[in-house]
Amino acid sequence: MNQITDQGLIYACSAIGAALAMLGSGFGPALGQGYAAGKGAEAVGRNPGARGEIMTTMLLGQAVAETTGLYGLVVALILMFVKPFG
Amino acid sequence: MQMLLCSAGPELDFYIKGVFSYELFGQKLWITTTHLSMFAVSLALLILGIVVNRTMKKTKEVPSGLQNMIEFAIEFLENLIHGNMKNGDGFLCYVGTVFLFVLTSNLSGLFGLRPPTADYGVTFAIGLTTFFIIQITGIRAKRMGHFKALFEPVFLLFPINLVGEIAVPISLSMRLFANLLGGTIIVALWYALMPLLLQLGLPSFLHAYLDVFSGCIQTYVLCMLTTVYIDDKM
Repeated sequence: MNQITDQGLIYACSAIGAALAMLGSGFGPALGQGYAAGKGAEAVGRNPGARGEIMTTMLLGQAVAETTGLYGLVVALILMFVKPFG
Repeated sequence: MQMLLCSAGPELDFYIKGVFSYELFGQKLWITTTHLSMFAVSLALLILGIVVNRTMKKTKEVPSGLQNMIEFAIEFLENLIHGNMKNGDGFLCYVGTVFLFVLTSNLSGLFGLRPPTADYGVTFAIGLTTFFIIQITGIRAKRMGHFKALFEPVFLLFPINLVGEIAVPISLSMRLFANLLGGTIIVALWYALMPLLLQLGLPSFLHAYLDVFSGCIQTYVLCMLTTVYIDDKM
């Protein structure tokens, strides 16, 4: 274990942290967006005439749900490329 | 990670690069690639404006060609604004400007530029402008009631309401920035890490999804949220 430098340990932990950030923040928005898309498909099936309006509402909701995932992405990117601890 | 970046070599470029530096008030400032691509985007929009002005001076009863497209775009923006706002007159200028600028910026990745919206400075400026427009609209509509709304429904909720107000520009700008930066990084990684054979043609799918689809959706969402937030204060 003596060959691991402090710098290397910090980089390794940053990479693990970035992966964990993406794991958590990828999971939630994926569930939310899939649920919204399923409900949107259901609504179009029930009322095909309102397709355009349902589409915009669904996309807006999905984009808002995606925000948390993007925050996680920003954290992961900072850990990977800005290297705040190394 | 370090090894991955090393093996990618110098051709991995999604960073903002300084092009040339100058001194102002003792500060060292840089003209970066963001400035250059923003200049290109502004130039394109300026030329578009001149051409549109020329075209619309001799409008025809039955539109064709460019006039058709302009009428479609204006109608689209008006639908977006009036669909979300009770009293949306006068906001077409701001929302339309932001829409055109952000859309052109997002699509500029297709032309080999680094999208200006993949720089947090640019998106945060848009977010701050929207924030001030929201607050000024609120003050004009409700006078002191705008500030009293921070203490509703209970006095104790003031900190939460305050954070909710301040989160608006951050969430608006962060959403756009992270989307564009993620797309830029994925495309740059593909070009840097894949062998030459896979760089021909295949990235067009990435560009189609990340630049065109994602860029258009994010532009639409940004403008829609702007109108929704402004309408909330009216």
